Amino acid sequence: MSMADTIAPPKLRGAGVIEEIKRANITHVLSVPDQHTSSGLLKPISQDSDFNLIRVCKEDECLGIAAGLTYGEIRSLILIQYTGFLYALNAIRGVACEQKLPICLMIGLLGKEPGVVPTKSSRFGLRIIEPILDVVGIPHVCIDDDRDLPKIAPMIELAWRESKPTAILIGGRPEAK
Amino acid sequence: MIDRKQALALLASKITNQIVVATYSSATDWLSIIDRPLNYFSSGAMGLASSHGLGLAIARPERRVIVLDGDGSLLMNLPTLVTIGRMAPRNLTHLVFRNGTYEANGGHPIPNPEVDFEGHARAAKIRHCFTVSDIESLEKRFDDIFNAEGPVFGCVNVEQGVLGPRSYKDMYKNERRVAFRQALRQ
Repeated sequence: MSMADTIAPPKLRGAGVIEEIKRANITHVLSVPDQHTSSGLLKPISQDSDFNLIRVCKEDECLGIAAGLTYGEIRSLILIQYTGFLYALNAIRGVACEQKLPICLMIGLLGKEPGVVPTKSSRFGLRIIEPILDVVGIPHVCIDDDRDLPKIAPMIELAWRESKPTAILIGGRPEAK
Repeated sequence: MIDRKQALALLASKITNQIVVATYSSATDWLSIIDRPLNYFSSGAMGLASSHGLGLAIARPERRVIVLDGDGSLLMNLPTLVTIGRMAPRNLTHLVFRNGTYEANGGHPIPNPEVDFEGHARAAKIRHCFTVSDIESLEKRFDDIFNAEGPVFGCVNVEQGVLGPRSYKDMYKNERRVAFRQALRQ
């Protein structure tokens, strides 16, 4: 087989993710930078006037701010890395889950192997993310490539329709343009 | 030193349509003085009262949001000062009742009771910062607390109150959050 015959692996376009976020009427993004989503998501979001970007110092801050925003019917997205999710878990439990607030998490899975589901990753930190989400009752989807993009907006809508937290795991690394 | 309940009673006497975000001992004292739909009790994770307040201030720019925080609580979320300083909501007032202890958790001292909270707030570029240690000085700051183009940060040095545990069951009930949401719609 020649190089020309090899099939390029599916890509995840950052622009495609952002399009879906906008489709779900997200206006505010709260974030701690994550290497996995830095160039493909956070940078273009920071340059997009359709979004209000709130840069926070620690991931648990996001939960308090997002909770307050819900009282203005403002749809926000918390864009963090999986390590930040683990760090903020008590706030996720106490604020988002126990108060049943429409808070949507977008979690970068830095280091997830292409084509490997998170629970089968060689990395311990990645393997435990979906089981933890299941235990605390947060519905979740994993976005690996462009074929998964249609799963994004419905998860955000679900959070607001049923007033509960939801999570979108970013498995593939979003590409900048 | 200021008696926290006296300070809160004075604050309550001036309150109208402001959102008040309160946590732990400040919250139980506040609730014993004034029970109103526009009270928002920060629950779920210690330290996040000012983050809830920041979100509310951004979401409801037409209303003043006054956060009643504790020093132990603030230390659990000290970076919030940097975030607030950057976002600079003009309608946010963050008051920290400093007694140097984790009053709700047995009265143990905070790691360094000498910490300069006002200095931290100033370094975080929060626009208006002050520290008061007597009730007259606090009263003189009321115009800033209620009307200044914020954000405003105030450290209120208080005596230690009654040690916990206190009951938070009533203040955290869902009916209060529903009433709060309804009050904001009016």
